[in-house]
Amino acid sequence: MTLDAHTVHDTELIQLLTPEGERLEHPDYPLTLSDSQLRDLYRDLVVVRALDRESVALTRQGELGLWPSLLGQEAAQVGSGRALGAGDMVFPTYREHGVAYCRGLPLLNILKLFRGVDLGAWDPREYGFHLYSIVIGSQTLHATGYAMGIQRDGRHGTGIGDAAIAYFGDGATAQGDVNESFVWASVYNAPIVFFCQNNQWAISAPLERQTRIPLYRRAQGFGFPGVRVDGNDVLACLAVTRRALDLARTGRGPTLIEAFTYRMDAHTTTDDPTRYRHSDELEAWKLKDPIARFRAYLSRSGLASPDFFDEIDAQAKREAADLRSACLALPDPPPAELFDRVYAGPHAVLAEEKAAYDSYLAGFR
Amino acid sequence: MVRHFRLPDVGEGLTEAEIVRWHVREGDPVELNQTVVEIETAKAIVELPSPYEGVVSELLAAEGDTVAVGTPIIGVREPGEEPSATPEAPAAGEPEPAEPAPSGRTPVLVGYGVKPGSTRRRPRKPAATRPAASPPAGRALAKPPVRKLARDLGVDLASIVGTGPEGTVTREDVRASVEAPLAPEAPPAPEAPAAPGRERSATRRESPDEERIAVKGVRRATAAAMVSSAFSAPHVTEFLQVDVTPAVKTVKRLRALPEYAETKVTPMLLVARALLTAVRRHPMINSSWDEEAREIVVKRRVNLGVAVAAERGLLVPNLKDAHALPLPELAAGLDALIRKARDGRCEPADLTGGTITITNVGVFGVDAGTPILSPGEVAILAVGRIRELPWIHKGRIRPRSVVTLSLSFDHRVVDGELGSAVLRETGALLEEPFRLLALG
Repeated sequence: MTLDAHTVHDTELIQLLTPEGERLEHPDYPLTLSDSQLRDLYRDLVVVRALDRESVALTRQGELGLWPSLLGQEAAQVGSGRALGAGDMVFPTYREHGVAYCRGLPLLNILKLFRGVDLGAWDPREYGFHLYSIVIGSQTLHATGYAMGIQRDGRHGTGIGDAAIAYFGDGATAQGDVNESFVWASVYNAPIVFFCQNNQWAISAPLERQTRIPLYRRAQGFGFPGVRVDGNDVLACLAVTRRALDLARTGRGPTLIEAFTYRMDAHTTTDDPTRYRHSDELEAWKLKDPIARFRAYLSRSGLASPDFFDEIDAQAKREAADLRSACLALPDPPPAELFDRVYAGPHAVLAEEKAAYDSYLAGFR
Repeated sequence: MVRHFRLPDVGEGLTEAEIVRWHVREGDPVELNQTVVEIETAKAIVELPSPYEGVVSELLAAEGDTVAVGTPIIGVREPGEEPSATPEAPAAGEPEPAEPAPSGRTPVLVGYGVKPGSTRRRPRKPAATRPAASPPAGRALAKPPVRKLARDLGVDLASIVGTGPEGTVTREDVRASVEAPLAPEAPPAPEAPAAPGRERSATRRESPDEERIAVKGVRRATAAAMVSSAFSAPHVTEFLQVDVTPAVKTVKRLRALPEYAETKVTPMLLVARALLTAVRRHPMINSSWDEEAREIVVKRRVNLGVAVAAERGLLVPNLKDAHALPLPELAAGLDALIRKARDGRCEPADLTGGTITITNVGVFGVDAGTPILSPGEVAILAVGRIRELPWIHKGRIRPRSVVTLSLSFDHRVVDGELGSAVLRETGALLEEPFRLLALG
């Protein structure tokens, strides 16, 4: 089994909530949350999963062209997403629907991309959430550049400054871009957090084809701290990301966080994981489900009643239904709109191409 | 109102899919996103969720049918509505929607569709005018996928008259040569207008004298595998009768143990264990023949195949790393694998990577057989029925439980000496199960 080579040793995994839902304390990562904050985290997890499931269904029904599911990675995304401040900027891959949700970006915008009716769909500045990046690892360079920009604008180092956070997967760590980002961020002490969701599979390539050492240890070679957190533990992800952001904001440079998690669904809806991984691996990870353990914790500690869970489920169902109807109501864009979004102003060559394309389309009428 | 769900493209550019299994029947209530059907595309088996809530008014494609993307496959009546008097089903094969989308677009493929008539193909170049009257001499012209199809179907390309450009043999030519081998001149029978998908399944054709069944799915895969194995590996089969009376008793005792409370324990478990032990002592029997590299590949892991007669046909899923499993895990693993296969829930990974196979022909009430190797393996063990026979036991004729083991092996890799040793040891281990303990 793939995981044998990378067995998680408890000593190196930051965990505040065991898979059984038992709360642990960690000396470096104290975390105090109010009851309502805890309940809100649970709400986020459940709603995000429901929206993801609805999007998969919409894809299976031909309403979306493709969907990269986040199933199993909710805690890593919600935990880190809720650690962010208003001025921070997120540089996501194409799977960070949970982070987007935490940033207040309506998921409908993301569905527009995968329905093929929009090319960008949101203003990154409005949500502190950059556009999705399909090219593996490229966004880490953008994030590093952005973080160096914060530095040059003097917007950090005061403890209340901003930071950048780059999301990427285990597969991306083998990319040149990511390694270059590590070098730049390190030598310039840039205010950035590298948040790697190690979900064990780069499409069909297992982790042992990316690395011979635990990924978080790579950071040491670049000269900044690395930490491995239980990616299915929303509390630990929150605490660890908070601390890393704090280091970045106070001029103490980058941190690599390796959120150890698992992609429960296929890479995307066009992938069939049963062709390359065993179902027993999936079964083992089901026991570490991020939502089940948090629910167990909430009910055992008396923070939530069955009514609360019912209410959250109903809310999730409602939000999923709303997402569905909004998706089905999305208008088709005029094909020539493509040309309007390339440059801020008019452009002679594009205008010519647009005219040619219009007449080509007219030929079909 | 009946709304129709059209087969979507679930895999970025697929054009068709096969209906594997319906999860609902006409008249069943369905919820939004409830799985209604499993389809098999070129990429995977995928479950499709219903985009509508209501009652199933009709299934428009039969299991086994290959359906083009965009074709309506199921009708769902809105909840609480009575079936209307006039049939609302679109005619079979009719690509137009029952109710046009407001924009006049056909809601197929991804989200929105193309405008009717807005996609035009370039007019095709006229087909080669040269009549391809006789099969071309020498190597027939055909594209590689067509060659593969011909090989899979066991068709000799040189025997086919190509109708493609320059006399190339097309996919349709290959199919046609398989479907009508006896009457190649006869024009295809005009297809009777069929009720949507059901009355006349596309997989069967009837005539007074004969029934023609299209070969597809598992049957086709089985046929291709058997042909490739039978005509590439020279098979030898050896037989051995074994007194399994103590083994049968052992099985009964195992069943009583708590470790086996939730597992179905059968004599096949001991057969598997015995074979695995024999394999460990004779690794060469767990190997494969690499024609290209001219090498024999001896496998260090044993992925034990088990032939299962499932509803969809013969399946040979394999239990990974069976050699490393303690007996309770082996029992549970085999049990789970067989149930999975019978339920049609096997994943592709279960069906590939086997290294040696056991087939239980005893369930069909016969004593022995000459099994054909699973492609890529060099040995297969058939186990006959266990029955009481007069047997000389300790010098007297006694009724004993006796079974016949038949071992087929690939004579390129396995000599008679090795094959016999494996069969003999497997038999000896079954005859006296304590030897399994002795040899571990």
